Amino acid sequence: MKKDIILAGVGGQGILSIATIIGHVAVKKNLHLKQAEVHGMSQRGGDVQSHLRISDKPIFSDLVPHGGADIILSVEPMESLRYLPWLKKEGWVITNTSPYINITNYPEMDVILGELKKRKNHIAIPAEDLAAEAGTKRAMNIVMLGAAAQFLGIDFAELEDGIRAVFGRKGDKIVDVNLKALRAGRDFTDKATA
Amino acid sequence: MEAKLSDKKQLLLGDEAIAQGAIDAGASGFYAYPGTPSTEILEYVQRSRVAQEKGIHSQWSANEKTAVEAGLGMSYAGKRTMACMKHVGLNVAADSFVNSGITGANGGYIIVSADDPSMHSSQNEQDSRFYGKFAFMPVLEPSSQQEAYDMCFYGFDFSEKYKIPVLMRITTRLAHSRSGVELKDPREPNSITLPEDARQFVLLPAISRRRYKKLLETQSKFIEESNNSPYNKYIEAGDKKRGIIACGLGYNYVMENYPDGCPHPILKICQYPLPDKLIKRMAEECEEILVVEEGMPLVEEQLRGFMNAPLTIRGRLDGTLSRDGELNPNMVRVALGMDSMMGDNVPDLVKSRPPAFCVGCGHIDFFKALNEAVKDKHGDGHVFSDIGCYTLAAQPPFESINSCVDMGASITMAKGAADAGLFPSIAVIGDSTFTHSGITGLLDCAIESTNIVVCILDNSTTAMTGGQNSHASGRVRDICLGLGINPEHIRECVPLPKNHEELVKIINEEVAYEGVSVVVPTRECVQTIGKKPKKQ
Repeated sequence: MKKDIILAGVGGQGILSIATIIGHVAVKKNLHLKQAEVHGMSQRGGDVQSHLRISDKPIFSDLVPHGGADIILSVEPMESLRYLPWLKKEGWVITNTSPYINITNYPEMDVILGELKKRKNHIAIPAEDLAAEAGTKRAMNIVMLGAAAQFLGIDFAELEDGIRAVFGRKGDKIVDVNLKALRAGRDFTDKATA
Repeated sequence: MEAKLSDKKQLLLGDEAIAQGAIDAGASGFYAYPGTPSTEILEYVQRSRVAQEKGIHSQWSANEKTAVEAGLGMSYAGKRTMACMKHVGLNVAADSFVNSGITGANGGYIIVSADDPSMHSSQNEQDSRFYGKFAFMPVLEPSSQQEAYDMCFYGFDFSEKYKIPVLMRITTRLAHSRSGVELKDPREPNSITLPEDARQFVLLPAISRRRYKKLLETQSKFIEESNNSPYNKYIEAGDKKRGIIACGLGYNYVMENYPDGCPHPILKICQYPLPDKLIKRMAEECEEILVVEEGMPLVEEQLRGFMNAPLTIRGRLDGTLSRDGELNPNMVRVALGMDSMMGDNVPDLVKSRPPAFCVGCGHIDFFKALNEAVKDKHGDGHVFSDIGCYTLAAQPPFESINSCVDMGASITMAKGAADAGLFPSIAVIGDSTFTHSGITGLLDCAIESTNIVVCILDNSTTAMTGGQNSHASGRVRDICLGLGINPEHIRECVPLPKNHEELVKIINEEVAYEGVSVVVPTRECVQTIGKKPKKQ
């Protein structure tokens, strides 16, 4: 078992929480893990990515090789396309559709979605709306995690346990909202790929 | 959010592995100034309950030079210590660093320098291994988080065995990548023991000459240690058409491309000076050597010497690998003679998204006022800036600043330009950068009554690196008074949209004043306000 994942977004959008939960589950399962993060200047509203690698064999490189990623999981639509050089031919692009517009030349949404639809394996998900329905917009990243769940090679119940472990300290209410968000993401992908 | 696997295995960033390694290896103190990608080392120590219980020193230093010197003092007293900085911080500390090779150490001393190839968050991509060579110091370059942890034990032991500080060189990718790390049993810290030679640290010429000779004589022992190091290994393989020397993370990128094992001999190097016997062996056995090293071609240049060696050497100098920038698996793959694995191109519609000021940041209000008072009136070209969030004012829509060179250079460059006759000459510096390296420059200005305006943007924190304590907090005015700045020309103000007219007026008045003016726009960083507990 080996999964190479590029997490993408804009500084401050919380892609590292996704990495933390997957990482938690992976190490619980005794899988090998490497996860490269971006700290520093780019965190101020710039484009950020995290390379997350899990495998049942030892992993050498901290970086996912170009053309080697199984999944691009992006919390922002334009950012999902920035990392195509890393994606395998049959790899999946899974992205939130709410744009984060902090530049003046941000492209039109239908242009972005058009580009996305050129790829056979893609899922575009209104994660902010689904998160709001689950209880808070802030759980958008957890909706995205749920949307990617069936591609991660991790049982859904293990991801749920990961949510409980990582958010446990913040109280039952927060855990429940995030579990709801996780399931909403999963259900969306189940329908989209049915 | 952190995931703890067990008491003996933890998921750690490279930076965190170093911190935990040094704590477990018996460090009594850490000294550092924040700088990406090194910041998380000291932050981890500050959060560590064990470090608190043991009373391990973990306060930030004013700058990297004071950090390396304080570390040397703790080593003098016989205790194990670690100083941490980013690569350009080692320039600031260079005086104390290079001389600490001559003084030597007493308690184990590891100096960590975190390089930033590809300049993700830096002004240059210098390679700290050159500093190690320059100072005749052993260098450790971990290839994994586990090695980073283990090398803290090894490094302290090495340092105490040869009474020499050890440089640990890491790069961004290791610093900010997480992996599982097996922990060892912790060791007790040293008790206070003064150096056997009470004059060891007195670098009077007569003593320095003796110490320097000793350092040179010890080099052969360091090389022998490198030949036998657990971190340098010669991995035998059948196809000798090519041998590969892979340093630090370069080893991982080579191995990534050979999932079933590498057909060529590999010499993995993670400890310097270079292991001469292992290199000679490869040179004898192989027809060609490919050098894969992160950063500058330190090993490749040493292999080449001044004349062409009889065998072919490939690497960054002959273009087999890019001369600059960070390595990645695909670059190394192509250098190994395999096809590129590059996926699809980035579509043209994807626009660059540079970092920008946070919404509500006080710097926005300051630069709006500065532009109106200076750029609109006197034209572009009058503003010397510094290292920090405010450097983002170089970008549209502000395009306010004309320089950013090194910590503190805003004030001194503005001084030089004012001396040359540039009017107005404006310096823009943050509070933490001011106490790091700005104070001495402002003293130069005060002594000469230089005609400049120094704007010290006080947001009560070291913001760009994530909100570490600033030595300047609440002290900017007193420091300026102490330097001899006229109190009437130390102008504090609050950068808010509603104060725009007042800010412009203050800057205009101080530009008009002939002499040193200090303008202090003071408003807390919106990021650190957001992080504070609500009940306070």
